[in-house]
Amino acid sequence: MKIDMAYGSGGRQTSDLIHEVFLKNFDNKILCKMEDAAVLQVNPKIAYTTDSFVVTPMFFKGGDIGKVAVCGTVNDLLVMGAMPKYLTAGFIIEEGVEIDTIDRIAKSMSLAAKEAKVRIVAGDTKVIEGKGGVYINTSGIGEIRRAGVSISNCRLGDVILLSGNLGEHHASIMSHRMGIENSIQSDCAPLRSIVKNLMENNIKIHCMRDVTRGGLATVLSEAAASSSCAIEIYEKSLPISDQVRGFCDILGLDPLYMANEGKLIAAVPKDQAGKALALMRRSKYGENAQVIGKIKEGSGVTMITSLNGSRIIDILYGEGLPRIC
Amino acid sequence: MKTLELVKDELKNYNGRKIKIMEVCGTHTSSIFKNGIRSLISPQIQLISGPGCPVCVTPPAYIDKLVEYAVREKTCVLTFGDMMKVKGSRYSLTQAKAEGGNVKILYSPLSAVKMALEDKNTEFIFAAVGFETTTPIYALMMEEILKNGIKNLKLLTSIKIILPALSYLCETKENIDAFLCPGHVSVVTGCSVYKGMAEKYHKPFVVAGFEGEHILAAVDEIIHQIKKNRYYMKNLYTSSVTEEGNRKAAAITDKFFEGIDEYWRGIGIIRNSGLKLKDVYQEYDAGSRILDYTENVPKGCKCKEVILGRINPGDCPLFKTVCTPLNAVGPCMVSAEGACGIWYKNREVRP
Amino acid sequence: MCIAVPGKIVEINGDTAKVDIMNNICEANIKLVDAKIGDYILIHAGFALEVMKKDMAQEVLSIFEELEEDGNENPRTGKG
Repeated sequence: MKIDMAYGSGGRQTSDLIHEVFLKNFDNKILCKMEDAAVLQVNPKIAYTTDSFVVTPMFFKGGDIGKVAVCGTVNDLLVMGAMPKYLTAGFIIEEGVEIDTIDRIAKSMSLAAKEAKVRIVAGDTKVIEGKGGVYINTSGIGEIRRAGVSISNCRLGDVILLSGNLGEHHASIMSHRMGIENSIQSDCAPLRSIVKNLMENNIKIHCMRDVTRGGLATVLSEAAASSSCAIEIYEKSLPISDQVRGFCDILGLDPLYMANEGKLIAAVPKDQAGKALALMRRSKYGENAQVIGKIKEGSGVTMITSLNGSRIIDILYGEGLPRIC
Repeated sequence: MKTLELVKDELKNYNGRKIKIMEVCGTHTSSIFKNGIRSLISPQIQLISGPGCPVCVTPPAYIDKLVEYAVREKTCVLTFGDMMKVKGSRYSLTQAKAEGGNVKILYSPLSAVKMALEDKNTEFIFAAVGFETTTPIYALMMEEILKNGIKNLKLLTSIKIILPALSYLCETKENIDAFLCPGHVSVVTGCSVYKGMAEKYHKPFVVAGFEGEHILAAVDEIIHQIKKNRYYMKNLYTSSVTEEGNRKAAAITDKFFEGIDEYWRGIGIIRNSGLKLKDVYQEYDAGSRILDYTENVPKGCKCKEVILGRINPGDCPLFKTVCTPLNAVGPCMVSAEGACGIWYKNREVRP
Repeated sequence: MCIAVPGKIVEINGDTAKVDIMNNICEANIKLVDAKIGDYILIHAGFALEVMKKDMAQEVLSIFEELEEDGNENPRTGKG
């Protein structure tokens, strides 16, 4: 069965869609009350964020638009030192989408939410004319467990940890689009375990950021600018799988600028670097974590290359497109 | 016989006369930055970028033509990702797409043939840009077009040959001391083509691959030749580059293409430096020859000097002040491989 | 000006080969070369440009051995 405009009418079909797809998958007491707004009990200090998701193709190796929509918002809360509690989900569905497809997406969101220990407590659906696309907005609330974790709080002498391999989400999506066969999976994942382990073991996290669009280069450039410091990273320490490297060679892409959906960087005091790294590696999705650099005086991001040269790393300009030249 | 450490040591401590080396190919320029090569060599050795970036030397009139096709009914422009950001006299293909134009990015010209077969109601225009390396591929694409009787796929060509451009650079007495020859062009042309040039112009011509080690070795070889005052072609990319090149590639190129005087953005016309589809295949050409190349060089833009290696991007008055990657005035800022674009992103490395 | 990448041929069907590039499998047209399964080819825009004589990694390792020493100025070897 396909979604048609009637599913957005607010009448019978809308109600069917909500009950048979969303309530079934997101099942929780707050949502099931079906009030106009969810009533929530939260600690006084919260982190609150929103993000919209557009992915082509909607389903890819390692995830789908639903999983990304949950993980993206969850990770944005986590890197602020907050434990994610509640999400809302807004769907804009183009007519022609199979109801089964929406069900698959909702199921995947439900699984990701369970893993991240968040509840989807409010939602909305609109149907528009189009060619079978789905767009999702999620907003999230998390309880602040550690105040002061901030992009502008990197301090001199801090080391920078990266939670795992670069470029896998981007490479997985691109492989699909370019018809290149490989086993690269999107890294799309909620990073709760990593953040929780760092915080509960008293790692003094100064700054955390999830590494998404624009890649590591863009995130580090933003951190250096916000914290008025320089960042030095080491090419040899960057975790990148051979398969992603090969993929980048084919299309002339740079893993430093490729999107990830389940990676974060953290700036922590030097004397805690070893402990923090060990904690990350013990956490789910953190097994390939590395110390990749440090905070220095000055400005901008520099990379010490494999040949021991130095290279300036800037933010991404425009879109990273496959090149032949 | 040397080692990496010895070469690095020699290049870092070189204190002879100032040497200007032109890396002709944009992929070399990119590799030089990615590996931080400039920080590894003496300031007495200057690496300057040449005209080997198709995005930088493709004239605005060509982009305008693509844009025109992109917004035309039932027409689709097919291009490599490289050309998306280059601005014509008004728009880039990225902007044309935003205006509703039909533009698709491809990795291989073979997909173009497939698309044309699958959708006979759309006219496909392939943006055939590039150098000696890519031309034989366009020739094979032509073979497929003929074999399948495809009528809805045409080429808009802007194909350059790098060798006449190198001769031009040598003839115009630009003070370039040596050339780092384009590795992948050389795979097709063979490295012997540089032998005569090295002799005639009395300069080192060194062929190298694209790893950082290749480039360090090539620079070291150039310094060695200059020290010895003996100039010749040296091939350091022996895994892939042979003396005579790929003959099959040359033969199929000759079957479909013939030489023309070609316009290089920022430089002007260089004799016999381009290729066009032969007259018998003109029905597969999307109007490449009717382009009016007059371009209004933006006031103050020094791209020509940059492409010719006369100045560094930092010496242009517009660099970083008016001209930035998000508001590129000249072609060299547009491309990820353009000298100015690369310098901008790496601006603090060394002036 | 031209990106090209080495890959190993794992299968050939007429003019098309399946090529392994660090565990990424893609198709390449091999009409411009005489290649067989197991060969390393250099691929540009989906086409093989050349059969490689040796591995790129090998070349990078041995490249400095190809360079001549400067001779007399270099007291460490004493020969040209």
